[in-house]
Amino acid sequence: MLGEPIIALENISKRYDQHDAVNQLSLTISKGEIFGLLGPNGAGKTTTILMMLGLSEPTSGSVRVCGIDSTHNPIEVKRRVGYLPDDVGFYQHMTGMENLLYTAVLNGISRKDAEQRAYELLGKVNLLEAAHKKAGKYSRGMRQRLGLADVLMKNPDVIILDEPTLGIDPEGVRDFLALIKELNEKEKLTVLLSSHHLHQVQQICDRVGIFVDGKLLALGNVASLAKQLFLEDTFVIHVSASPVSKELVDKLRSIPAVHQVDRVDNELDIYCDQDVTATISKIVVESGSSLFYISRKDFGLDEIYHRYFEGRELNGSR
Amino acid sequence: MDLAKWKNKWKENLHSIKKQEMNKEKIAKGVFFAIVRKEFTDYITSWRIIILLFLILLTCVGSLYTAITSIQDAIDASDEAKAIARDSYLFLQLFTISDGTLPSFITFVGFLGPLLGIALGFDAINSERNKGTLSRLMAQPIPRDYVINGKFVSALLLNIVMFLSLGLLVMAFGIILLGVPPTFEEFARIICFLFLCIAYIAFWLNLGILFSVCFRQAATSALSSIAVWLFFSVFYSMIIDLISKSILNPEAMTSVEQAISRQGFVLNLYRLSPNYLFSESTTTLLSPTVRSLGPLTTEQTAGAVVSPLPLDQSILLIWPQLTGVIAATLICFAIAYLLFMKQEIRSN
Repeated sequence: MLGEPIIALENISKRYDQHDAVNQLSLTISKGEIFGLLGPNGAGKTTTILMMLGLSEPTSGSVRVCGIDSTHNPIEVKRRVGYLPDDVGFYQHMTGMENLLYTAVLNGISRKDAEQRAYELLGKVNLLEAAHKKAGKYSRGMRQRLGLADVLMKNPDVIILDEPTLGIDPEGVRDFLALIKELNEKEKLTVLLSSHHLHQVQQICDRVGIFVDGKLLALGNVASLAKQLFLEDTFVIHVSASPVSKELVDKLRSIPAVHQVDRVDNELDIYCDQDVTATISKIVVESGSSLFYISRKDFGLDEIYHRYFEGRELNGSR
Repeated sequence: MDLAKWKNKWKENLHSIKKQEMNKEKIAKGVFFAIVRKEFTDYITSWRIIILLFLILLTCVGSLYTAITSIQDAIDASDEAKAIARDSYLFLQLFTISDGTLPSFITFVGFLGPLLGIALGFDAINSERNKGTLSRLMAQPIPRDYVINGKFVSALLLNIVMFLSLGLLVMAFGIILLGVPPTFEEFARIICFLFLCIAYIAFWLNLGILFSVCFRQAATSALSSIAVWLFFSVFYSMIIDLISKSILNPEAMTSVEQAISRQGFVLNLYRLSPNYLFSESTTTLLSPTVRSLGPLTTEQTAGAVVSPLPLDQSILLIWPQLTGVIAATLICFAIAYLLFMKQEIRSN
C-alpha cells in the first residue's frame, strides 16, 4: 500500500503444548507506516513480536524482517530492529545514561558516538535532567521514555513497541504517542505497536490489525475496518423527537441512503451507508415534530472491539 | 593481462572480506568483554558480595592467627625444631593446623567457599528476568549465550582474583610472622590448592546458575542451592554412615577381599559428594604425608619408604577427585546453558 514490505509474515504458527498461540498468521507491514496490532491480553501479540525478532521459533511458516530471515539470522535482524518490551526494565543501580551506554556497547557503537547519541536521545524524550539519576528511581512514565531512547540508540529501521502505553497517565500517553508519530514522520521509522488500548492505537496508526486467539480477524485502516465489519450500515444515527408519526418514519425511510429505521417510542435508530444527519434533522423539523436530540454513532475501534470481544475478558484487561 | 587484473581484483575482494570478518569478530569479542566487565563491576559493587568477601577475609585472618600462634610456640621451643620444621612442610600447616578454638583455613574455605559460589550464581538469570532487563538484553544483536557465558566468566574471574590474592596474602603473612620461607614445592602445593578451591567454588557457582535458570524466584533458587549444600555437607555423610554400618558389618564379611571391596564401595559412596572430594584432595595436597585415599593392607605398605609424597605423586593421587569436581562443574553449566538457550524470553 505504502511501499516495499519491511516485515513479512507468512503463515506463521506457534504451538504451545495444547493450544495455538498464533495460528496461520500472514501479515505484511510496509516501510514507513505505523501499524497497530490490536487484541485482548493473551491473543498472541507478544508471541508474534518475539517471532519477528527471532527470540522465539515459529512452529511453521516464515518470518522476514528487513529482508532477513528472523528465525535463521536473528542477530542481523536485531541489528536493525529496536524492541521495547512491555514492562521494560533497566539496571537499577546504573543511571539512565549508563544504561543507554551499555546498550550502545552491545550494539558495537564507539563510546564517543554513543555518548553524543545518548544525550541527543535523552533530550528528545525529555529526560536530560534525569540522565544521571539512578534508573531505579525513575517513574513508570520515565522508564518508558528511557525505553524509547534505548530502542533508538542503535538507529533502527523498525521499532517494535509492545504495549508501550501501559500504566502511563493520560498526559504521558499523549506525549509518548506524539513522540512516536514525530519519529515516524521525521526519521521515516517504521513502527509496529501492540496494544489493547484502542483509542491510542486509533490516534496514530495508519493501519490496524485485529488479533484474537492467534488469528488476524481484520486488517486495514479504521474506516475500512468499520466497512469490513459492518458491511453497508456504516453509520447509525440516533434521533429523539416528539411526536413521531408514521408519516415521519416513512419519510425517513424514503431517504435513498437509509436502509432501516428502528423505532422505540420516540427514539429512532436510523441505519444508513452515508452520513445523512443534516437531511434527517431537516425532515424531522419540517414535519412539525420537535427534535430533541440527534447524534451520529461513530464506528470507532470501540464498536469494532465490542463486536468481537463481547463477553470476553475485555473488562478485566482494560 | 585481463586475467592478471581479475586476479588482483579477486585478491582485493578476498582481502576486504577477510578484513570485514575480522572486524566483526573483533566487535563480537569487544561486546563479550563489555558484558563481562559490567557483570564484574556489578559483583564487586553489590553489598551481598562485599559482605561475603569481608566475612571470608575475617575468618581467614582468624584461622591464620590461631595457626601461627600454635606453630610459633612449637618453633620457639627449641633450635632443633626449626630444622624439623623445614622437613615437615611446616609452611603448609598454616592452612591445616588449628589450636582448637577456631577451625583451620581449609575448613573455613570448605565451608564458606560454597556459600560464595552460591551467592555469585543464584540470581544470575532470574533477576534479569524479573527486572525485565533480560528481554531488553535479548533484543540487542548479541548471541543469546553471551549472557550466561558472560555471567559465568565474570563470577569465575572474581573467584580467581579473590582466592589467588587470599592465598598469596596468607603466604605473605606466614613468611613475615613465622620467619620460615616456603620451599618451592610448598609454594606449588599451595597454588594447586588454590586452583582446587577455585574449581570447587565454580561447581557451586554453576549449581547456583542452574537453579537461577530453573526457578523464576531468586529466593527459591537461593534456598534450593543452600539445601543442596546443606545436604552434602551435613546429611550426606550421616546417611552413608548409616548405610555403611550394615555393609561393613564384621559378621557378614568372610574374606579380606570382601572387606576391602566393601570398604572401597562405601568410600566411593562418600565420593559422590563434592564436599568429600574437596576435603580429600585438599588434605592430600596440603599434607604430603597422606599416601593413599583408600584402604591399605599391611602387605601393600610393607617395604614402602616412610616419607612424604612428592608433589606429582600427590597430584596423581587426587587426579580423579580433581577431574570429578571439574566434570560436575561442567555438567551443571551445560545443563544450565541448554535450559537457558531453550527457554522462553518473555518476562511473565
